[in-house]
Amino acid sequence: MTSVVTVDKNPIDSYLRADRMPHIFCTGCGIGPAMGCFIRAIDRAGVDADKIALISGIGCAGRVAGYVRLDSFHTTHGRALPFGTGLTLGNPELNVVVFSGDGDLAAIGGNHLIHSARRNIDMTVICINNFNYGMTGGQLGPTTPLEARSTTSPYGNFDPPFNLTHLVAASGATYVARWTTIHLRQLERSIAEALVKPGFSFIEVLAPCPAIYGRMNKLGEGVDELHSYLKRCVVRNGADPGDGEIGLSGPIVVGKFVDTERPTFWDYCMQVFNKAQKKR
Amino acid sequence: MADDGILEGEFFINGDEACAEGGITAGCRFFAGYPITPATEVAERMSRRLPQVGGVYVQMEDELASMNAILGASWAGVKAMTSTSGPGFSLMMENLGLGVMLETPCVVVNIQRAGPSTGLPTLAGQGDMMQAKWGSHGVYEIIAVVPSSPQEIFDLTITAFNLSEKYRIPVLIMSDEIVGHMSEKVVMRRVAPEELVPRRRPTVPPGEYWPYQPDDDLVPPMAIAGEGYRFHVTGLTHDERGYPVMTAEAQDRLARRLVDKIRVNRKDIIQLEEVGTEDAEVIVCAYGITARVARRAVQQARDEGIRAGLLRLITAWPFAEDRVTELASQVRAFVVPEINYGQMVLEVERCAGGRAKTMLVPHMGGSVHHPQTILEAIREAVQ
Repeated sequence: MTSVVTVDKNPIDSYLRADRMPHIFCTGCGIGPAMGCFIRAIDRAGVDADKIALISGIGCAGRVAGYVRLDSFHTTHGRALPFGTGLTLGNPELNVVVFSGDGDLAAIGGNHLIHSARRNIDMTVICINNFNYGMTGGQLGPTTPLEARSTTSPYGNFDPPFNLTHLVAASGATYVARWTTIHLRQLERSIAEALVKPGFSFIEVLAPCPAIYGRMNKLGEGVDELHSYLKRCVVRNGADPGDGEIGLSGPIVVGKFVDTERPTFWDYCMQVFNKAQKKR
Repeated sequence: MADDGILEGEFFINGDEACAEGGITAGCRFFAGYPITPATEVAERMSRRLPQVGGVYVQMEDELASMNAILGASWAGVKAMTSTSGPGFSLMMENLGLGVMLETPCVVVNIQRAGPSTGLPTLAGQGDMMQAKWGSHGVYEIIAVVPSSPQEIFDLTITAFNLSEKYRIPVLIMSDEIVGHMSEKVVMRRVAPEELVPRRRPTVPPGEYWPYQPDDDLVPPMAIAGEGYRFHVTGLTHDERGYPVMTAEAQDRLARRLVDKIRVNRKDIIQLEEVGTEDAEVIVCAYGITARVARRAVQQARDEGIRAGLLRLITAWPFAEDRVTELASQVRAFVVPEINYGQMVLEVERCAGGRAKTMLVPHMGGSVHHPQTILEAIREAVQ
């Protein structure tokens, strides 16, 4: 006989597509907790969820677009940022959020990343960094630490990784933070701040990938990776993003690195409308 | 210029500029592009003109980004376009496919130059015609128009926007360097609101809306972002709800509809011009700048007493197979000049089905055919 267990409704259920469950994330994966932080941040920031357009690229984190009950776009590999650029410039009242992975945003989409930051496009980017390409089975990516094992670095990685916070800050982002999926409160607060902040906001989320990256690098289960984050992470708000290099071991700087202001691309667009229409 | 910034009247401008103006007249208010010869003048004109009408010009980091940005803008509810030439057109193929899959109205202009690769950046070609049809991977059908003059590129840009909205598909304008760079008189007329096809909006409330539930003509109504529909769309094979479904059955259902919505409606989409085809024994089938050269050759043939006609493709894709098939039982031969080594001729040959001879008159690019070359092919065809 089948027993039915009824559970109380979770406050974030209204933001989820229950008819898409079960999700594809592996046991211990960090994407789910990060997605939970994003959803809670919507209410915390008090923004209108009907105005949110969430865009994902391709990969494990790219699947988030399919699970949220928001206007959501699952686009091509690396192209969530320019798609989002079109959305926000097409309708500046939209609250554009890009939720994707490190390989998607920093390798195949790396050019779009630096240019979106340079333009200070009004959007919030949540970048899951699990240090490898999980969806395709664990290849090295642009964030894989030196010496780490992956299916395409069988002798240990010799392809130097990006420090994403440094890259994005140098490119002109006005909000840059890094947390892990053990720092859920800080992550939720950062996302809430980014959702209401004009300009290009970038939040890197270090996330366990126990089924693939963790297994290949003998990091244990998901919870073991979280424990290691607790041990390794040093919270330094206002830290120089250049100090944010991540190795296979050793300390990891997390916190809010950049929170500054400069005109957004849309601010300049409005100035240009005035100039052009006076000349007309 | 009228109060709203839209141009009206007679202008002496080149095809690229006329294309930009056609877009503005059609209601385009978003342009994302990347400089490339010989299409740069479309972008330059847009960067000056769009802000005058409250539209956004954004110069992207590459053509991958340009194509994505116009898709995003379209989902924000704005009519959007981009322009490029061969190398950039190749980069756009990736997300042209996304545009087809998400069923996103937009217009992509290719001012063709000679290739492959960097080829002849400043000189004409028509070598991207099959790329227009097949360039992105997978099973789909596209709409492409081929203007022959600055006036026609103005008019067809309006047509392209209308078709893109009506059938929810990216529409390609496959022009060429000569049409793009030649200056001629262009009459820009005020287009009445009822001449512009509005987006087909959902008629059901949020909660009941499925983004890919088609109407009878196989085209689904389209919600836009920010209106509370809370829709999901994906480049993965999906069902009517927009949800991914990884089965052969879902693929069959979706891919068939993406193709059939164009094939079934082809009579509404296809435009042709025919000159002297009623009694023709040989028909020159040409398009773009080559059709203007062919027109002279056909006249010369008539002067010699050869019953020649011109079938000018205004729509390249979907191909005018009904009409070409019909003409094949009337004529002895089709002569197909094009600035490539044989692309649209394959379609003519397919439709002729052996009932009429098909002769390619190739030109590798960099200039146009000499009318004499086409005339000689016409003479040979009737021997």
